Amino acid sequence: MQWETVIGLEVHVQLATHSKIFSGASTAFGAEPNSQACAVDLGLPGVLPVLNEQAVAMAVQFGLAVHADIAEVSVFDRKNYFYPDLPKGYQTSQMYHPIVGPGEVEITLDDDTTKRIRIHHAHLEEDAGKSLHEDFHGMTGIDLNRAGTPLLEIVSEPDMRSAKEAAAYLKAIHSIVTYLGISDGNMAEGSMRCDVNVSVRPKGQETFGTRAEIKNVNSFRFVERAIAFEVERQIELIEDGGTVVQETRLFDPERDETRSMRTKEEANDYRYFPCPDLLPVVLDQAYLDHLRGQLPELPADKRERFQHELGLSAYDASVLSASRDMAEFFEEAHRVCGDAKQAANWVQGELSGALNRENLSISDSPVSAKQLGELVVRVLDDTINGKAAKQVFQAIWHGEGDSADAVIESKGLKQVTDSGAIEAMIDQVIADSPAQVAQYRDAEPEKRGKMIGYFVGQVMKASRGTANPQQVNGLLKDKLDALL
Amino acid sequence: MHDKTLTQLANALDSGELSSRELTEHYLQRIQQSDAMLNSFISVTADHALEQADAADQARAKGNAGFLTGLPLALKDIFCTQNIKTSCGSKMLDNFIAPFDATVVEKLKAAGTVTLGKTNMDEFAMGSSNESSYYGPVKNPWDLTAVPGGSSGGSAAAIAAGLTPAALGTDTGGSIRQPAAFCGITGLKPTYGRVSRYGIIAYASSLDQAGPMARSAEDCAHLLNAMAGHDARDSTSMARGVPDYTDTLSAPLSGLKIGLPQEYFGEGLDPDVEKAVREAVSVYESLGATVREVSLPHTHYAIPAYYVIAPAEASSNLSRFDGVRFGHRCDNPSDLIDLYKRSRAEGFGEEVQRRILIGTHTLSEGFFDAYYTKAQKVRRLIRQDFLDAFEDVDVLMGPASPTPAFDLGANKDPVSMYLQDIYTIAVNLAGIPGISVPAGFVHGRPVGLQILGTHFAEAQLLNVAHQFQQITDWHLQRPAFAEESA
Repeated sequence: MQWETVIGLEVHVQLATHSKIFSGASTAFGAEPNSQACAVDLGLPGVLPVLNEQAVAMAVQFGLAVHADIAEVSVFDRKNYFYPDLPKGYQTSQMYHPIVGPGEVEITLDDDTTKRIRIHHAHLEEDAGKSLHEDFHGMTGIDLNRAGTPLLEIVSEPDMRSAKEAAAYLKAIHSIVTYLGISDGNMAEGSMRCDVNVSVRPKGQETFGTRAEIKNVNSFRFVERAIAFEVERQIELIEDGGTVVQETRLFDPERDETRSMRTKEEANDYRYFPCPDLLPVVLDQAYLDHLRGQLPELPADKRERFQHELGLSAYDASVLSASRDMAEFFEEAHRVCGDAKQAANWVQGELSGALNRENLSISDSPVSAKQLGELVVRVLDDTINGKAAKQVFQAIWHGEGDSADAVIESKGLKQVTDSGAIEAMIDQVIADSPAQVAQYRDAEPEKRGKMIGYFVGQVMKASRGTANPQQVNGLLKDKLDALL
Repeated sequence: MHDKTLTQLANALDSGELSSRELTEHYLQRIQQSDAMLNSFISVTADHALEQADAADQARAKGNAGFLTGLPLALKDIFCTQNIKTSCGSKMLDNFIAPFDATVVEKLKAAGTVTLGKTNMDEFAMGSSNESSYYGPVKNPWDLTAVPGGSSGGSAAAIAAGLTPAALGTDTGGSIRQPAAFCGITGLKPTYGRVSRYGIIAYASSLDQAGPMARSAEDCAHLLNAMAGHDARDSTSMARGVPDYTDTLSAPLSGLKIGLPQEYFGEGLDPDVEKAVREAVSVYESLGATVREVSLPHTHYAIPAYYVIAPAEASSNLSRFDGVRFGHRCDNPSDLIDLYKRSRAEGFGEEVQRRILIGTHTLSEGFFDAYYTKAQKVRRLIRQDFLDAFEDVDVLMGPASPTPAFDLGANKDPVSMYLQDIYTIAVNLAGIPGISVPAGFVHGRPVGLQILGTHFAEAQLLNVAHQFQQITDWHLQRPAFAEESA
């Protein structure tokens, strides 16, 4: 039987506010346990929450970026359950009236086709603290630094049909929130976390199969792997005559499998009700217009512009627009050099290669966009050839010069275009290579084209890479042919 | 000295006739002598009070005294006080010392008041008789066999007995007005949002409101001046200007339109209480007010709606008392569930447990709409009843309670206890202000006249109450207890 996979994602994005969603405590990552938990975060008797306006603005910006309906009135609810890292015994969330209503996100697949994934809603809530089970000798440590950190939970419709689509969707969300600057998107530090709802159904069937919710899927790679495992598990189960039960499963990246956490029957009754300590959030048109006016150009618009205005390929446009840092780097390099294709090639080629080798992000690149743009300028105006340009890049990368011009100057990499000088080098190479000259002379005419490469290489070597390769080629051919 | 109202004491301090230290020592001594019989205080903070009194006297000497500077008062033990135990009347918080002051405590300190101690109360403010306190019941100074009312029973009893000239209470369903009525003092529940709730241990967040309790409306006006106002730490406090509530106390009442809700004079009302209340109303007529009957048709839904909404909120508000971070923790828990179950079972008393169970049930899947959603609809109807009534009249008057103070132990059945709040509870659901003023006695036990106004009509209520107190002396009468122990 042919099976179809149906996937929906709940993405929790930690918002990059300075303080918590309902208190003034800092949200910075990595502080000493419980050093960033104030009376409100601790849930002490008598304390009250006050909504952080910045978190609201960020949620609205996200909503606007995904063309969603923004709720005129949204309401915070209490989700009640007991857990030691949940200080109040309830999590303040938005169950019935979320701030962001239906919207959509465009994802780009490997074959450069695009697909629209609908967003059901996105709501604001507070994060819980952390329970630390190691190093406490049979006890559990509670760290409430994270308690009260603002989260935007983005819930998709079940519109994805493969693990690749799910990963592409997660990347699209990552790209939008980092473009907006509403999250650092750091998945390793838990700034973006993801629950995946997966079901399978026979191809052509309209109704959905029973879904499992996989928790704790915290990287793009894990999303693909968790779904792949879960899909296989469900299909095998059904094909062996079993049925999928609705349950929550946990992804274990070390064993590459999902395990049952709790079934629907064991699920908590969260007893949601409107939080009486917080007023409904009422947003007017002027506020939305103000935030809309501040939206940066978003990845989809940038991709479109890179492709259609700058003439980049769909692939290049998609890669260069995927992150705001990458796009801004490219645009600055382009602004300096004026040639989009060259700038794109350098960013994706030499620069990305070097960054990957040293495991650096583009924002930490030792070569700035301006430096790269200036380097491209010197290629475009024939000051240096491509080979020398790579040397210049490496030199700047390693701090051996502040600008392309400085490196070209100090290393003497300026391209030699004086034909007299080139001819002299050619004459020397020919004189030093009698055996190769003889071979060339004796070869079939159609094979000589290939053989000329040896001489070009020797001349370039003699010039320490600075001779203009086109000129070398032309002059060499003339001189060798003259020997025939 | 303890015969005087807060206002009279303020004048005595101002004239130099009395120092704050003398005053404070006097009340501390009275508490020490008499409170063993009443049990109105949970904590007495004598050293702290004397330090505050000395600081107040120094401020006065330097000419930096405000009206309240140096005046002693007591705080219901629901207000968080830095470095002083805040028990909320519960074993759960018998060991709890808050690291901060509630906003109103902060404001009253800034106004120079002296805190004598923390008063007894029904556990987590759940009760109408002060019998649910972990620290034992409080007795009514007018009759030691009677309850003082609740949940702010310690505050009311301490004022009536002359152990403090004033106190703060909180009112979620009548917890200021009913004990004020039972103890023959004056107690105001302000409009929801008038006074910050920050630092007040929550019972039912959408209903809780702190207010002043004292001998007279004038005293309450002075206290409310210091308590009221917006607080950035409480999103439900209103950003609305605070008038000087003493400015309008003397406004004449001629032409005042009084409404008597027919539902407040029906079955269940003690005939002697009704007589006292009707006589009080006729005093207003003599002052030029007109009286008419009005209807609040949804009144009989108030108690059921309240006992859905308040326990629902309470069940959630009290979840933080889990034995993990503060409060009572059971000995040797075997695992996390055992820790939760035993800490809460041991820490909470019966009435608190009952309300947590009710609230947990009404919020459960499958019951939520039938209970909570419906109760919220009823709440809107009750509020509308009041708004409609205030289209026609300025204030509403009626009894604060269907009977005078009942005997200790008389109401064993929770439902009959809940019915005690029949005239006070709708006011909290509607969010409007209400005041109870002494209006006579039945068999030696005080009767309270309740006066209700529309949202933010505190100045009017205080004016109406004050004018009554200008020509009656019910509020100045003292129980024999206060005299004997003097």
